[in-house]
Amino acid sequence: MLSASSEDGGGFVGPSIIEFFPPAFLFIDTPFEMNRIIAIRIIMATLLIVLFVIGTRNMKIVPGRFQSLIEMGLNLVRVNIAEDLLGKKDGARFLPLLTTIFWTTLFLNIPGIIPGFNISGTSLIGMPIVMAVVAYVMFVYAGLRKHPLTFLKASLFPTGVPWPIYVIVTPIEFFSIFILRPITLALRLLMNMVAGHLLLVLCFTATQFFFLDAEGAFKLFGAGTLVFGFVFTLFEILVSVLQAYVFTLLTTVYIQLALAEEH
Amino acid sequence: MLHAISAIHAAGENPNPLLPAVADLVWSAVVFVVILFFFMWKILPNMKKMLDARAAAIEGNIAKADVAQREAEEVLAQYTSQLAQARSEAVVIRDSARVDGNTIVEEAKAAATTEAARITAAAQAQIQAERQAVIVSLRTEVGSLAIDLARQVIGEALNDDKKSKALVDRFLTDLEKSEKAKK
Repeated sequence: MLSASSEDGGGFVGPSIIEFFPPAFLFIDTPFEMNRIIAIRIIMATLLIVLFVIGTRNMKIVPGRFQSLIEMGLNLVRVNIAEDLLGKKDGARFLPLLTTIFWTTLFLNIPGIIPGFNISGTSLIGMPIVMAVVAYVMFVYAGLRKHPLTFLKASLFPTGVPWPIYVIVTPIEFFSIFILRPITLALRLLMNMVAGHLLLVLCFTATQFFFLDAEGAFKLFGAGTLVFGFVFTLFEILVSVLQAYVFTLLTTVYIQLALAEEH
Repeated sequence: MLHAISAIHAAGENPNPLLPAVADLVWSAVVFVVILFFFMWKILPNMKKMLDARAAAIEGNIAKADVAQREAEEVLAQYTSQLAQARSEAVVIRDSARVDGNTIVEEAKAAATTEAARITAAAQAQIQAERQAVIVSLRTEVGSLAIDLARQVIGEALNDDKKSKALVDRFLTDLEKSEKAKK
């Protein structure tokens, strides 16, 4: 699925990875080179900021409808993720970063199904990498800050293990905690959005192909692929929310583990 | 788009989606930092301020309700004590009324008794006085009767000794009787 493919007959061209490398149109050949996906990121980020700044600009003790929605959105991260896993004190410390990760991910995922955008800002690896790095730095910082001397030792040499086993356990722990965690965070998000986009493109290009280019009864397949496209569009909404939630939740869990490291 | 695809195909390049372009990283970081900035310095502090205000308002209302309840309890206690006081006062008033009533009845009885005694006494005095008057008048009448009798005795004495003797006896008997009645 990751390689460009073209099926036989009718000139049907399936989606390819080139989808995620649209031509640049601004600041070409500079570090600020901008293409469609990056423009979508900036538009969605602006939308996110404007929405929440307006929503929290003049908050009332007794909330109206809009404020209730905004509060619900912020409480989702504050109460259900940060305070649940980290407690009130540590939850408040890491809340800005966790809230930013959740809402940025969600707002950059969702353009994948917004007509006109049709591609999510997180389907280009830069964004997942930046957030995974932030998560990585955060949980390592949290561990080092709380247990400056013992964090690395407690992470790499878990207690209750006979010492010869450390020969095996320590490399595994090192690999899983300090290498695998950030990579899986980034790749999970990226691949979900890439696969979702390719699936939608496949469904809708196939629909177009069947309706316009196919002959006779084959045109009927177009109805099937259209329905699939619709279902997967709904599915992508779920995936967008779920991936934002999972990314934030895992980041919080890593911080929690770093803070609660046993000695 | 198709142009780009075919161009890249022609060049034989197939970009690796796992390798970030510099511009991609730059813009990702910019987007993240800007959003983080707004959440950290504007949105979440606003939210926190509102939540604190809400907590304070709720606590304030609870305190107000406490005060109101305490006041209500005080008023109730006051009312209850006033009621009890009123009840005991009523008991006192009833008792004193009973005592007063008794006194009045006693007084009335006493007054009636004395009145009765006074009336009796007055009646007796009147009877006495009337009797006295009768005696007085009797005396004068007896005198004149005696004189009449004497005249008659003197007139008839010569005619019949026996008769006069009987007359005198009768007179004396009458006299005696009147004497007795006098005593």
